[in-house]
Order: sequence, then structure tokens, then C-alpha cells
Amino acid sequence: MSRVEARGLGVVLGGRAVLAGVDLRADAGEWLAVIGANGAGKSTLLRALAGLLPHSGEVLVDGTPVRGLRPRERARLLAYAPQTPALPGDMTVFDYALLGRTPYIPHLGRESRADREVTGSVLERLDLTALAGRTLGHLSGGERQRVVLARALTQRASVLLLDEPTTALDLGHQQQVLELLDRLRLADGLTVVTTLHDLSVAGQYADRMTLVADGGAAATGTPEQVLTEELIGEHFDARVRVVAGTGGRPQVHLERP
Amino acid sequence: MTGSLPPAGKVRTAGPRLLVTLAACCLLLVSMLAALLVGAADIAPRGAALQLLDWLPFVSADSGLAPVERALLLELRLPRVLLAAIVGGLLACAGAGYQGVFRNPLADPYLLGAAAGAGLTTTAVIVFTTGEGGTLLVPGAAFAGAIGGVMLAYALGNVAGRGGGTATLVLAGVAVTSFLTAIQTFLQQLDVEELQRVYSWILGNVGGGWEQVRLVLPYAVVSVVVMLLYGRLLDVLSVGDDEASSLGVNVARVRLVVLLAASLATASAVAVSGLIGFVGIVVPHVVRRLAGGSYRAVLPLSLVGGAAFLVVADLVARTVIAPAELPIGVVTAFTGAPFFVTVLRLTRRVET
Repeated sequence: MSRVEARGLGVVLGGRAVLAGVDLRADAGEWLAVIGANGAGKSTLLRALAGLLPHSGEVLVDGTPVRGLRPRERARLLAYAPQTPALPGDMTVFDYALLGRTPYIPHLGRESRADREVTGSVLERLDLTALAGRTLGHLSGGERQRVVLARALTQRASVLLLDEPTTALDLGHQQQVLELLDRLRLADGLTVVTTLHDLSVAGQYADRMTLVADGGAAATGTPEQVLTEELIGEHFDARVRVVAGTGGRPQVHLERP
Repeated sequence: MTGSLPPAGKVRTAGPRLLVTLAACCLLLVSMLAALLVGAADIAPRGAALQLLDWLPFVSADSGLAPVERALLLELRLPRVLLAAIVGGLLACAGAGYQGVFRNPLADPYLLGAAAGAGLTTTAVIVFTTGEGGTLLVPGAAFAGAIGGVMLAYALGNVAGRGGGTATLVLAGVAVTSFLTAIQTFLQQLDVEELQRVYSWILGNVGGGWEQVRLVLPYAVVSVVVMLLYGRLLDVLSVGDDEASSLGVNVARVRLVVLLAASLATASAVAVSGLIGFVGIVVPHVVRRLAGGSYRAVLPLSLVGGAAFLVVADLVARTVIAPAELPIGVVTAFTGAPFFVTVLRLTRRVET
């Protein structure tokens, strides 16, 4: 169980300040959804949290600044999956998931029996055992997303940073992946930070949301606090109607102007 | 939960990989034997075989070979076969290394200007010196030229790309290659008399003898060991820079180390054999088709496969029009291309 925080996070890319002074927090075992319009810097924020971009400010896990950690130590705390992961077509599912053990394998060493066992059990949990020997080029979209998740889980990090985990999935597969993620989160006490472009979906799963706009966190809070007609109208330039859905979670509907 | 292991994935990938490894080793042994027994000089293959047995420790056999024939076997054929194996292994392994670094199966050992650099310095030596002294300078000049070419491309890529991706580096390689080739062409036409020597070097030759074997061996060992050690990290690199870094891998350093080792391998191969093409790109490709894309398999299998391929190519080069010789570079391309196409056709897979 880990709490992840960002304090005054700033990122400059190509001479342009993409993010400045962003504060956010996800408590241990929470699901934080990062939302925002296209180009607002959601992915940049996630990459900065993962330590993949030079940034100002601090990222802390359980109060410890990540900056001071060695890359391998950081990788045992934070797992990251990009929006469109590179999946080498001729690598097997097992070998791909096994790469998640890298932070535990000595620099030029090879993986141990224990690493293979962890990988095997993760595949089993995600119903991927039957696909273990299949190459990544022969997977469907839903299977690919599960395999990427498997790689992140073999890393045994307590914080998962997932950039749009449901990209390019149809409705049913989106739901399956998110439900799976939620089950894993509850079972293992994982802290999950995702960017999600579908606001209703984000509102359904997230405990907490951060709306990124104009390089900063424009709003932070529960889905009810962030998904309001005013905030969405202002930061997405969209006309929407927000209604309370099951469990009081807000649902966002587009309205024709 | 752990009782069901090892999982299916391991069993399924290890099977063909082991088979391919064994096959490649057998192929190398057979081709080296064949290359030792057959040659332009009329040594009876049976006598040569017995002589080889006789040289093995604890074995003694009467070959019936004349001392001259024995010397021929020991001083000409044996080093030649070894040099072909070393150079082939180095080039193929370096090709696989470059492909891992650039995450592109079309990369080859000459991508970053190693060939053009070596071509330029060697041409300069041949054109500007006369007699024996010049010939002795060739390996050193070729080695320095190859390393210099790569360094020039790397420096240029870094300046232009500001730490950017590998695409800038490839473009820098292209620029350096055409620039150095232009100078080389100019030098070459200054002294048309020496054209044949220049060309015979460019087209490659592994007949250098023991001296060249000794020259190349230390560099070969170092570069190959480094590349083999980095196989797993190249696999991590293959899933993308961001993910590799998020797994705690220093991407830039892995790239640089493998690039250095692969360039050292290329430069040392070029120094003793000239510019033999085709091995570095085709062998890793064939290996990938047969044994999968993991660099932990591709690198060692390319080493063995490249060695076997060049031994056979050299055997063809020195027997087909004996007592004359074909340039080995011509043979690698001539036999390699149809072989490559056949393998591509027989093993249709998902595009890598």
C-alpha cells in the first residue's frame, strides 16, 4: 500500500512549459483518474510521475522523494504502461511479462526461478496461462491490454501508472479491463493512477480525480466535485449534462449546443 | 499456484530454440571440417582428415601426408577457416547488436559509417604508399577508419539530435557514409593503377593467415562477450525507451555500450578481411525467423550461424574456379540472397 504525491510538478518540453506547479495525491489503495482535454498534458503528467521526464518539483511515494532513488528502486515502487506500448510481434506473452521482473534481476544477470514463478502466477491470475507461448503479434486488442497489465503486475510495484489503459478497445473489453484492474487493486491494495479520456467511465471507477488544464491541476476531488457541468464546459469547451448515476456517481452526457 | 510451473510458454519457446542451437553448432562444425578437407591444393581429403585427427590430443594417426602438405594444412587452410569463422561470427553478431540498438531489423554493421571509414583509410594507404610497408599498414588503417567513421556519425548524430532518438543517428550514418565514400572515390581515381588492389580489399578476403587470426582474436573475444551479456537488456529495450526506463534500465547507456561493442567487432572484422557484405544483415534475420526474436537467442545464434555461413562462402570462393579465387564478398551476396529469400518464403510470420 503506497501513497503517491506530486508537489509543484513542472515539465518543460521543447522550451514550452507543459506543466507547472501541479499538485496531486492518491492515497494508498486509491484510484486516481487524471482527466483533461487533448493536449492538456495528461500523458506528460503520468510520464513525469514515472520519472521518465526531467521535471521540477517532487514526486513522493509514501513521503519519500522518488528523485533520490536509484532507477531500479524506483521501478519496484512505480510501474508504468504507455498509451500504445511497443509489443514486439515475435516475443511470447510469457517472455514479455517476464520483462517486468527487470528491476529485480542483476544488471547483466538472468532471471531466477522465482522470477519465472511470479510471472507464471500473474499470467494465471489474468487468465493468460493458455496464451503464455503465443507471440504478441497474434493477440487481439483485449488480450494485448491484459498482457501489458500482466507486465506491469510482475513488476510487483504498489503504484500502477497507466496511460489510457482502454485505448482502442470496444465497449465490452473496456469494461473487462477496468473491472479486472479494480479487482486487482482491491485484492492487492494497489494504488492506481490512470489517464482516461471517457469522463463517465472515469467517474465510475475513480475515487479521486484531477482535472488538468492550462498546465496545472484545475480541479481535484471526488468525481462529484470534478465532473460538473461548469468545469467541463470551461475546460473541455463542451456542452454537457451531468446526472447522478448508480451509487451517486456522475454520468456525463453530451448535449447538442 | 506455483505447482503448475514451468509454464507452457517456456516449454514452447525453448524447444525449437535448443534445436536451432544444436543445428547451428553442427552446421558450423561440419562446414569447418569440410573447409579443412577440401581446397585448391590437391591434398587427399582422407589424408587431411587423418592429419587433423593426429593433431588432436591423445590421438595418433598416420596421415601419409608429405611435410609440405602438412604445412599447407596447418599454415594456410586452418588459419583461413578460423579467420572466416571469426569474421563471419563477428559481423553477424555485430549486425544483431546494431539491430537491437536501433530497434530495426534492417540495421547492419556498416550502418554508421564503419565501412566507409575503413574504405577511405585503406584506399589512402594503398594509394599513398608503395610496396610491402603499405600492405602491413592496411589492418591498422582499416580498424582506425572503421572506428573513426562510427565516432564521426555518433558525434554528428548527437549534435544534430540533442540526445534525440536513433533516427538522427541513422541519418548521421548515412551522411558520414556518403561523405567519406566521396573522398574515397576521389582518392581511388587519383591512382587508377591501384584500383585492383583497392577493389580486392573492398570485396573481402579471409586468407590472412595466423597473424591476422592473432590480431583479431582479442577484440573479437571482448566485443562478443559484451554483446552476449547485453542480450537480455536489448530485449528490454525492444519494448520501448519509456518502458525500459520505467523498468529501471538506463537506456542510453545500454545503447552506447552495445553500440561500442558492435562497432569494435565490425572494425576488427573489417581490419582483417575487408568489407564483406550481407553476413551482418542476413544471418540475424534468418536466426530470428527460426528461433524467435529474443536477443538472448539471436546474438549467440548469429555468432555461430555467421561463422558457418562465412566458412562455407569462403570454401565456395576458393574452390569454384580453382586455382583462382572469387572474392568472398561476391560469394556471400550471390549465395546469400537466394538463401535469404528461401528462408523468408518458408517461414512466413508476423512482420517484425
